[in-house]
Amino acid sequence: MIHRECGVLKTTYEADMALYPLPIARWAVGGFAVLFFLVLPFSVHEYYLSIVNLVSISIVGALGLNILVGYTGQISIGHGAFMSVGAYTAANFAVRLGLPWPVNLLLGGLMAALVGAVVGVPSLRIKGLYLAIATLAGQLIIEWTINHVTFISGGVQASIQVPRPELFGVPIASQRQMYFLLLAFVVVALVGTMNLVRSRIGRAFIAIRDHDIAAEIIGINIFRYKLLAFAISSFYAGVTGVLYTYYLGIANYEQFQIVTSIDYLAMIIIGGLGSVLGSIFGAIFVTLLPILIRYAMEGFGGLVFSQGAVLNIIPNLRLILFGGLIIFFLVVEPEGLNRLWRNIRNYFRLWPFAY
Amino acid sequence: MKRCLVVLMGLALLVGVGAPPAMASHEIVIGLLCDRTGATQVVGVNLCPGSHDYVKLLNSKGGVEGHKIKLLEVDHEYKVPPAVEAYERFKKEGAVTVVLYGTPIAYALTQKVTEDRIPGITPGFGRSDATDGTRFPYIFPLMATYWSQATAAVKFAGDQLKGLKGKKIAYLFFDNPAGREPIGVLEDLAAKEGFQLKTFAVPPPGVEMGAQVLDIAQRYRADFVIAHLFGRSPSVSIKELKRVGYPLRKVVSFVWGAAEADIEAAGGWAVAEGYNAIQFAGVGQDFPVIREIQEMYRKEGKAPPKEMASTVYYNRGIVWVALQIEAIRNALKAKPDGMITGADVKAGYEKVKGVTLGGLVPPVELTPNDHEGGGWVQVWQAKGGKFVKLTDWYKAYPEIVAKHIKAAGAKK
Repeated sequence: MIHRECGVLKTTYEADMALYPLPIARWAVGGFAVLFFLVLPFSVHEYYLSIVNLVSISIVGALGLNILVGYTGQISIGHGAFMSVGAYTAANFAVRLGLPWPVNLLLGGLMAALVGAVVGVPSLRIKGLYLAIATLAGQLIIEWTINHVTFISGGVQASIQVPRPELFGVPIASQRQMYFLLLAFVVVALVGTMNLVRSRIGRAFIAIRDHDIAAEIIGINIFRYKLLAFAISSFYAGVTGVLYTYYLGIANYEQFQIVTSIDYLAMIIIGGLGSVLGSIFGAIFVTLLPILIRYAMEGFGGLVFSQGAVLNIIPNLRLILFGGLIIFFLVVEPEGLNRLWRNIRNYFRLWPFAY
Repeated sequence: MKRCLVVLMGLALLVGVGAPPAMASHEIVIGLLCDRTGATQVVGVNLCPGSHDYVKLLNSKGGVEGHKIKLLEVDHEYKVPPAVEAYERFKKEGAVTVVLYGTPIAYALTQKVTEDRIPGITPGFGRSDATDGTRFPYIFPLMATYWSQATAAVKFAGDQLKGLKGKKIAYLFFDNPAGREPIGVLEDLAAKEGFQLKTFAVPPPGVEMGAQVLDIAQRYRADFVIAHLFGRSPSVSIKELKRVGYPLRKVVSFVWGAAEADIEAAGGWAVAEGYNAIQFAGVGQDFPVIREIQEMYRKEGKAPPKEMASTVYYNRGIVWVALQIEAIRNALKAKPDGMITGADVKAGYEKVKGVTLGGLVPPVELTPNDHEGGGWVQVWQAKGGKFVKLTDWYKAYPEIVAKHIKAAGAKK
């Protein structure tokens, strides 16, 4: 965090292209890897890992949405539905054909990518709010389809139970086992996204976001890259849906309704559009804040209100505080938590010789 | 990436430090998921206080078999991720039974409770085939499932119409899995009883059903309407049916379609006069346990909580927790030291029988095979400013329900 950045000389292309050019950053990453893979999972109760697991799943989804909304500038209110596409694809393959979970995961992601690309077709002609409404239509159509086509939904109850994922014959069922599985996917999603956005494809996305006509003039195939953005983003969403399915042991479309799409949009807007770190901040903020507020209320609410009233007040106050904090953070820093963090970091970078 | 890790670690530390110590006493913990906020909050705000008041009353009388009950409530806004977190918290606090409140939540946690061996109750939620205790050992619907409600509704319609042969029945339902679940049962009954069935779906969010109601009343000209709606939509259905002049005494609603709040929202008792509803808990305040709770508050020098006036959901909250406590009582009888686990309480549930609370609770009788306990309901009618009981506890066509449960089991 606080370190000197001068004196770093790069003499090879490999060094120039490293994800973390500074040695201290590499050490820090290594340190956190040790913490998250070795220290945390063996030192806290499973309950806390269950919270981290929910955050992990959200991070994968938020990263995917950020590729589309933050990096490419195309709004989607259909990501909840893309998650359900992934979830039901994987569940169907798992139950009907009995395929192993990594295959189902991949197939779920690919199917979501395909559906996402189709839903993204209107983005070639419309932008902004108009596109938002077009993807909203996608959300509703997919919801309706899963709800009514029993071939997909596996019956009138529209839910398919899947067996627990297995790794080398060991079923992954407990929160601690799930923690490692999900953490692995978070790492893959993070590294994938960080590399994607600095690749040729990622730069094309950013060019389209900043000015699509200019991007077209310099030779970027808008058609191809917009659909690619939808496909990649939906792939992440599909994988998120599959992770949810295996985490809970069931695919059920009712948890991927429009509220979910909005929640994920909220995550990336609060966290910071167009930033990997922002997606993580947003996922943590949206998942964790209600829980922390509840603990605070349970701890201190009894001092002010009667016990019966506290139960009624907690959930409502939680909503109010949650909304209030979102507004507060966005007013303080419209570009999200990521920007707030960068401001803090930049202040300390020259500290105590700030000018 | 490293920064995210910093934040995660910081938060993990924060939560870890602030965590309450593990339970050491012999309090028996029940986990109650609840939705005082969110899409169906009209239910939660009145239902959950009922559960709390009953537990309070019980504890004031010395608890169950000498052990106090602790009812842990977490609000989940009817969303799955908060419910998962809440469930894990209940587990950490040592809950021996949990209320899986809400159909998506019941689905999401079914596998988890089975692995953890903590019985989850899903009264009026979840899947109807969970009645089959051999397939769903740790899921207890406890009360009439949607399939049983469907058979009861048809029976009621038959009694009102003096026979069903050749009659036209409309099924007005919320277009989600829970809403569509009874259709198969209704179709079977239509074939058996020789009535004509037509379904009318109300798309979510269910506040727009003018077209469907007009169709029912004036094109299809239904002889009877069976309504299965949630949240805000029951009040809309009452209002719309009234507007097109359909007689409300020829309407019967499932359990989530008739509370005092719905009648108020529809425009008051005068508008809803004649509206019938299936209930799986007693309605009104004319029960000894309600009077005891009022008495308890009076002794404390407080007025009874205002939620009590909303008797449909308040009483339901009492019934749910009363049945859970009966299961715990059975478990404690087997293990008087109080060190009971979820598996003990599961065995306790399967011996639940004969809890009445003065007519508030249906004559539920659970067995290892039957986790529904019979599927008993009553029909209550809005009449003269309150709900009036039309029938006593009854169940209908158990063979049809059994057939569907068997078919669902065979499909797997």
